[in-house]
Amino acid sequence: MERAANLAQPRLFIKTVIARAYPRVVAQHRRERSWLLFEVILPMLAVSAYVFIYRAIGAPEAFVGFVVMGGAMTAFWMNVLWGMSSQFFWEKETGNLALYTIAPTSIMAILLGMALGGMTATLLRALAIVLLGILIFNVQFSVASFGLLFLTFTLTMVALYGMGMMTASLFLLLNREAWHLANLAQEPVYLLSGFYFPLRSFNFWVALGASIIPMSLGLDAMRQLVFPVGASLGFLSVPVELAVLAGLSAGFVIGAHYLLAYMERMSIREGRLTDRTR
Amino acid sequence: MTAGQADMESQAISTEELGRVYKIREHKKGEPKERVALKDVNLQVGRGELFGLLGPNGAGKTTLIKILTTLLAPSSGRALVAGHDVIGEPERIRPLINMVSGGESSGYGLLTVRENLWMFSQFYGMPSRQANERIRQLLEVVGLADRLNTKTADLSTGMRQKVNVVRGFLTDPTVIFLDEPTLGLDVGAARDVRSFIRSWMQERPDRTVMLTTHYMVEADDLCDRVAIINLGKVLACDTPASLKRQLQKEAIFKLEVSPLDGNQPEVFRQIQGVKHFQHRAVDGGASLEFILENEDVLPAVVGQLTKNDIHLRNLEKREPTLEDVFVKLVGRSMEEVEGGASS
Repeated sequence: MERAANLAQPRLFIKTVIARAYPRVVAQHRRERSWLLFEVILPMLAVSAYVFIYRAIGAPEAFVGFVVMGGAMTAFWMNVLWGMSSQFFWEKETGNLALYTIAPTSIMAILLGMALGGMTATLLRALAIVLLGILIFNVQFSVASFGLLFLTFTLTMVALYGMGMMTASLFLLLNREAWHLANLAQEPVYLLSGFYFPLRSFNFWVALGASIIPMSLGLDAMRQLVFPVGASLGFLSVPVELAVLAGLSAGFVIGAHYLLAYMERMSIREGRLTDRTR
Repeated sequence: MTAGQADMESQAISTEELGRVYKIREHKKGEPKERVALKDVNLQVGRGELFGLLGPNGAGKTTLIKILTTLLAPSSGRALVAGHDVIGEPERIRPLINMVSGGESSGYGLLTVRENLWMFSQFYGMPSRQANERIRQLLEVVGLADRLNTKTADLSTGMRQKVNVVRGFLTDPTVIFLDEPTLGLDVGAARDVRSFIRSWMQERPDRTVMLTTHYMVEADDLCDRVAIINLGKVLACDTPASLKRQLQKEAIFKLEVSPLDGNQPEVFRQIQGVKHFQHRAVDGGASLEFILENEDVLPAVVGQLTKNDIHLRNLEKREPTLEDVFVKLVGRSMEEVEGGASS
């Protein structure tokens, strides 16, 4: 009986991941079309502003591509911040968190479902921004290695959403303050990740510090891989950046697993899973 | 294993000296204050029993449910559900239980009723086909079959609560915890939910329900046994009929009279033999409720009406209810405890 229960767990884990990803992938895309405005059109306005500035000052044309790519990756950061980190706060408010907790499944699977669902949905938004960038600003991409580009993107996503999963547990303790914290983190990360300019524009130590945010190195490496002049404007070499991203991915995912278990224990002890005042 | 332990493990729910103290910090830098939510609660709920927890808001009912559903750790004592310890073996309890809370807004408004229910079923590992079949069956039972593909956000409050009820029962739990399941529902919807609970219990003899409510009629109507709880303590636990028999000696009267003036209610309280008095304003008059030591006290009450120039319009003797039992045990009505009524 015990063994049968153990063998059934991976199946339950996968079912949970798919079920929790479903609202984000299917429902949100099909039934909440406002994402086109908020997550494609509005970010394009910010991208356009930078493009016009770079063109006005006669910056190399590659910078336009940098900005479009930054704009596309912004969608993932927004998703991690609002759809992952502060999500548990909303789940608690609606009563979902209590139902997740009493279910025989793993909360890690719920988080992973949230992450995969968010990632898949956001990918479409990011591609829409890239496509608009190509159509409006005539951005030219020249991919050096599709394999490396895929690897870089994948590692960036794992590290980024791993960080989101980890902060989701931390934010669980903060209640409404989680909302403020997410607001507080939004703009500094835009700056430190080099969304709209090359990371190496910072001095070495600031850029190194910013590398704790997976977007910084991921974006830098991807720019090096898709623009011919990218390598000359890169912060570190692509292999080094990939190695760091792999380390961050492992660190954040393992960290999320342990932190979540710890937070769940602590929340049950202190009554924070359901009580909005604690 | 001692006989006591074996007895605890054979029950659907069992608690022993269960307590919970919350530490509440009013100011960020201040020392936390302790608030006792549950104190030394001993309960045994047998398999197949529909057990009610009756008490006002803040009595500790929800805290007890949270502990039993593994959402909250007790500060003291022990609790077993289906023979498993809530602290030591939550992973053994969780596949066997589910919970429905009144007024909850679980799920996602963008999903349809079917999608939301399917999502929750997956967290219990139900095969999708079986889940979809059962969703259809249960929605049929609660009268929502035609809402299968309606977005949850487009449902009325009553419909949403019925969907919550279906969610709780969908996984066919051995023990289900219903925390004020009819809260905020209109009379018809509440009746539907109660009738569904009753029929679900009748389907299989080993199913157990723990229901919390502050609606006396609901507890009286549904429950095999009821525990009356106030300020974290269980004051009495028995069948509704036995609890009401405690009041056999007392006489309970309801009087409709002309409006009362300022201090007039006090004179009724001071009559010897009046164990409880409650009044409320009604259209063009007042409604008075008395629990008297016995019927012999009634002339004194009527005498006071005459003395105070209050006109008696109607007098009715009624059978004791669980509300009267609560009043006898606590000294105040549920409304008074919750601070909602004049007295």
